Amino acid sequence: MISIKKLRKDFGPRTVLNELDLKIPAGQATGIVGPNGSGKTTTIKSLLGLVKPTSGDILVDGKLIEGEWQYRNKIGYMPQIARYPENMTIGELFQFIKNMRDSDTNRDRELLEYFELDNEIDKRMRALSGGMRQKVGAILAMMFDPEILIFDEPTAGLDPKSSVQFKRLVHEEKKKGKTVLLTSHIMSEIEELTDHLVFMVEGNIRYDGPMHELMERQQEQRLEGAVAKMMEETAA
Amino acid sequence: MKTLTILRYQWKDLLRGKWIVGYGLIYLLIADAMIRFGNAGPKAMLSISNIMLLLIPLVGMIYGALYLYQSREFTELLLAQPIDRASLFWGLFGGLAIPLALAFTIGTALPMIYTGMILTANLQSILLILMLGIALTLLFTGLGFWFGLKFFEDRVKGLGFALVSWLFLAVLYDGLVLLAVFTFGDYPIEKPMLAMALANPIDLARITVLLEFDISALMGYTGAVFSRFFGSMMGVSVALSCLMLWLGIPLWRSQRQFEKKDF
Repeated sequence: MISIKKLRKDFGPRTVLNELDLKIPAGQATGIVGPNGSGKTTTIKSLLGLVKPTSGDILVDGKLIEGEWQYRNKIGYMPQIARYPENMTIGELFQFIKNMRDSDTNRDRELLEYFELDNEIDKRMRALSGGMRQKVGAILAMMFDPEILIFDEPTAGLDPKSSVQFKRLVHEEKKKGKTVLLTSHIMSEIEELTDHLVFMVEGNIRYDGPMHELMERQQEQRLEGAVAKMMEETAA
Repeated sequence: MKTLTILRYQWKDLLRGKWIVGYGLIYLLIADAMIRFGNAGPKAMLSISNIMLLLIPLVGMIYGALYLYQSREFTELLLAQPIDRASLFWGLFGGLAIPLALAFTIGTALPMIYTGMILTANLQSILLILMLGIALTLLFTGLGFWFGLKFFEDRVKGLGFALVSWLFLAVLYDGLVLLAVFTFGDYPIEKPMLAMALANPIDLARITVLLEFDISALMGYTGAVFSRFFGSMMGVSVALSCLMLWLGIPLWRSQRQFEKKDF
């Protein structure tokens, strides 16, 4: 379980996260939605320790993460814009991260086959297309079988087929009892993959609860409609 | 442990880039030529150290900053992995500074070995030059890292600052010192002169070389002051601690900066 307490992040004079309080339940999938610049990625980056909060606490499994790094053993992260050392081949990259994590998993092979990348293993990262990089990112996030999976707009660069493949994989991980945290602008994807919804606007949380409750409250059949309504309400 | 894994990868990547080999070759060519023309004496060593005093700070600072920009992806990838930032920082720094220092050492020492200079010349002087080169490499790579981290989002600024600092420390500083000597020549200025020399690591290294080859007489009045001060036990230890301070501060500052940074 991840709990965020009064998390605040300022970039210069701009407040990106404004005293955020949030609990991400274990063993469930949580979706974070919100307009561009609402602080979704910053929240995720603070969780990973990539961004240092101005104030506030983040606890993973009851432990403060400030200054810690072992907790990242439990986390697999797929960034929004996947950037990797250009000169590395896919195989080298995976081997390198395996060395970093002291692991000799074979899961990367399976996943490479699953995403039909097994013939590209000797290709350098700079020769890969955007979609392929995304897939590499997805494999990197899942190959160590971590308890917590964080995906930041995972399907943004994927073709429909790969997108379906990816979602099927996330479903499987969910069934295994993983905690999944996902941001996306594609509402159907959030609807499909997550049970819990967090809606953020300008660094504040506007909704935090089960998804179906929101849809009932907004009297909408689809999440897209419910979220659109909520965005209109906040704009007004 | 994790730092070692990073170092191994970085070195492999550097060698693949091949420019590090070119950097070593430059020293090889220079040292070779100087020994041929300078008859393997102190003259050759003095010429080598003069070039080293210009080239090492320039390459160290520019490449230190550039390297940080180039490894941005690598850094971001690793930050999301279970590793502490300090290990990552030293992995990055060692990944560049150690190969640079090695390229210099091998490039300079190789001609000295195959020409037999190592047997005829004063071994202490050779070792002193090599040690100074290594210290300067670490120091200026650290400074380059500092600039790179300070202006992480603005490469032009980072590289610009590195270049201007080099120009100042390696070229302009001496002019300023000279100007001060001419202007205040009538006053007792030994102590401020000493302070000025200590404040610039390149000058510090230069003076050490000059004293080693006993040509401080060339520097006239101030040379005598330096000779008297640096020749003493006290002088040597002050000079050494100043160099260490120069080595420590940029590295300490950049590590702090790296640990607090948002990526």
